[in-house]
Amino acid sequence: MSRRTVRVALAGLTLSAVMAACGSGSSAPTGAAVTLRLLTHDSFVLSDGLLADFTRDTGIKVELLQGGDAGTVVNQAILTKGSPQADLLFGIDSTLLTRALAADLFLPYRAPDLAHVDDSLLLDPEHRVTPVDYGDVCVNYDKQFFTDSGLAVPRNLLDLADPRYEGLLVVENPATSSPGLAFLLASIDEFGDGWETWWTDLRANDVEVVDGWEQAYNQAFSGGGASQGDRPLVVSYASSPPAEVLYADPPIDEPPTGVVESTCYRQVEGVGILAGTDHEAEAGRLIDFLLSTPVQADVPLSMFVFPARSDVALPEVFTRHAARPADVRELPAAEIDAHREEWIGRWTDLVLR
Amino acid sequence: MPRRWAIGLLAPPVAFLLAFFVWPVANIVGEGLRGDHGWDLSGVGAVLGDPHLRQVAWFTLWQAAASTALTIVVALPATQVLARIEFPGRRVIQALVVVPFVLPTVVVGAAFLTWVGPRSPIGLNLEGSVWAILAAHAFFNFAVVVRMVGGVWEALDPHTLEAARTLGASRTQAFRTVTLPALRPAVAAAAAITFLFTFTSFGVVRILGGPGRSTIEVEIYRQTADLLDLPIASVLALLQLGAVSAMLVVQDRLERRRPVTAVAMRPADRRPATGPAAWLWVAGNLAGMAVFLGAPLVTLVERSFRTPDGHGLAAWRGLAEVGADSRLFVSPLEAVGNSLRFAVAATVMAVALGGLAAAVLARRGGRAARFLDAVLVLPLGTSAVTVGFGFLIALDRPVDLRASPLLVPVAQAVVALPFVVRTMTPVLRAIDPRLHEAAATLGASPARAWRAVDLPLVRRAVLVAAGFAFAISLGEFGATTVIARADAPTVPIVIVRLLGRPGALNVAQAFALSTVLMLLTATAVLLVDRWRPPEGRRGSWM
Repeated sequence: MSRRTVRVALAGLTLSAVMAACGSGSSAPTGAAVTLRLLTHDSFVLSDGLLADFTRDTGIKVELLQGGDAGTVVNQAILTKGSPQADLLFGIDSTLLTRALAADLFLPYRAPDLAHVDDSLLLDPEHRVTPVDYGDVCVNYDKQFFTDSGLAVPRNLLDLADPRYEGLLVVENPATSSPGLAFLLASIDEFGDGWETWWTDLRANDVEVVDGWEQAYNQAFSGGGASQGDRPLVVSYASSPPAEVLYADPPIDEPPTGVVESTCYRQVEGVGILAGTDHEAEAGRLIDFLLSTPVQADVPLSMFVFPARSDVALPEVFTRHAARPADVRELPAAEIDAHREEWIGRWTDLVLR
Repeated sequence: MPRRWAIGLLAPPVAFLLAFFVWPVANIVGEGLRGDHGWDLSGVGAVLGDPHLRQVAWFTLWQAAASTALTIVVALPATQVLARIEFPGRRVIQALVVVPFVLPTVVVGAAFLTWVGPRSPIGLNLEGSVWAILAAHAFFNFAVVVRMVGGVWEALDPHTLEAARTLGASRTQAFRTVTLPALRPAVAAAAAITFLFTFTSFGVVRILGGPGRSTIEVEIYRQTADLLDLPIASVLALLQLGAVSAMLVVQDRLERRRPVTAVAMRPADRRPATGPAAWLWVAGNLAGMAVFLGAPLVTLVERSFRTPDGHGLAAWRGLAEVGADSRLFVSPLEAVGNSLRFAVAATVMAVALGGLAAAVLARRGGRAARFLDAVLVLPLGTSAVTVGFGFLIALDRPVDLRASPLLVPVAQAVVALPFVVRTMTPVLRAIDPRLHEAAATLGASPARAWRAVDLPLVRRAVLVAAGFAFAISLGEFGATTVIARADAPTVPIVIVRLLGRPGALNVAQAFALSTVLMLLTATAVLLVDRWRPPEGRRGSWM
């Protein structure tokens, strides 16, 4: 091939790549087909083909916009209120619920399948947000470490401040991480006004603070299959042990990690129709779909959360390895909203400065 | 160049920046500064009066200055070796040097912590220390110096240097009086870009600096994305823009005080190393690069093969799969396709628009041109989250562009544009006008003179700039993450999503994909470097 041919070929490639990039940009609706846009966080995922089933059954197409973590997308939605970039928002939880409701972000919709959802999960009595799943943020521990050292696994939050557990715990910064915030809320739920004293003790006990879950679990924690750190206690999820079993190659029978169940804080996650949408009726059908049995049965293995519906069977890896704490912690959304900034500010002064 | 031409050439890049940078940023900043009843500037007092934020501003400034100095000192010797000396494998190394530049910070942070974290094999724990931040910044920006300064260095006329030596100048004297003045504009440009990058550092500071350290960029992100405190975020964004503009003004002043050195540009002139001292110099530099750049990269590759009980191919086998098991909406290999498509589109836009701007800036030196030169660099000094959120509230009219996949390459082109301009302008400026005059005297038409004199040099500048633009688009994360659609994520986005999930296989797959990104970058840069003009002075180019 002569140099000129190479050049022409390269130019052709460039052109076709640009055209391909432009071509996929034309999202003009064809005929009467409606395309719904669902704004959600980076962790949202469903098994291959599920959304296609929805399109086949209803004729409604779904386009996903993933704009960062849960807090970021809620704030995006608040910023673009009045000219929303999507028709629905999935991923709002109790920590940001009041802020979103105060901004009149959502239109009410009552899904028939809510009958199968436990009342304790209902986020909003006016149904502006429909619960889809929930997850528990809990302290996880490295089984190997506690077997080898002979130290007892901590039983509760109070134990973590005990000098026997000095230098063993890593937590996420509540200012930058959603599990970090959940853990701070768990301590406020447990100790009330005494939470500041407990954190002061925890700091004296050499707690490590990192910015996000990835650093805490993969870099500082010692227990996960790919963990690189030396701390045997970490703030993670009740569903982290089954994930360790599922994503191990070669396969393992027992997770290398366990959960301290009394530390769990519950985060309920919901979906709402964004005010300003042109497709309110179709958006309601998508909510029905998210609460339908196939999707509810899919969320444990696709997103590592528990389905909101109580009549859906859990996969075996969940029933065997996920923690199902009998009693979980939760704070009212309005209380969180009223104090979030103040608590985070106090925490920063106590623990980081 | 006649004024009318200049305006015509500048219209496209200026319009592009107005639409996709100035307008979105003005919108988001304006939103923050407008209260319910007109302008509300209470955020200014809140920021300036907060001792924490003052401390953040100071840290941002000094770590950027220190990182820039360290980057230049570490990279300049290697630049000389790669630009002036011919040795086997030089081309490949020159391409590999660009790899760190495109890797997502979260991946590099993990690789750094493997070596200098709590389980360091060399017994050096730098976690949370400022040295880890400075070293990571030098690691990332090494390529900026090697390519921007190298582009000029490789073309310096060796005869001037030889003349100085013949006239009795020592090696150091000759370097100081001949080479350095000729390189100064390129070094200054590379330093400015490195400073901007490190001034707006986000991932490196968050991962390696620990939660106690923060830059203005990190604070803007927190205030915008986490807290939605737009008044504070807007004041911080203006503070950042102000600081960056001040830096550009100072640099411009310093540059103008220096006499302009006319540099005769020639095709690359590399000579084989002769003598043991020269070989030792080459070998020492290569060894240094292998440790400083190579060790973290090797770690990434190694970790992609790691399994809980040794090493294996599990992560690599999973790369092409999609479905419940891949935890993503597209297979990682599709993400590679997205990244390449976006990068090609962004490169074409950035080089075309940046080339027009550089052509004008190289020939016009007035106040307006210098102002424009500074404005063109500002996207680098602006927080990615400011631009990303600005897109969301500004680009919904007249046509709603916010969900268009075209927006991703556009955002990447905004980030790449300053590089293209800064890389091309010094080269174009260095073209000796006397060569034009000589050509004209010999009867060549202006077009013919341009073809014979400028074109070969322009080509090289375009290639260097295109390589950069391509690498930047491949690696861009901050703005892309806000606007990428779920069905078209880029490689860095998929890597970060994989790292955000528990399970050894997810982590190994993130590193496997990082390895793919490395190979992709190196190949692209190698291809661009090799894609030489078919006609002209071929012998001396190859």
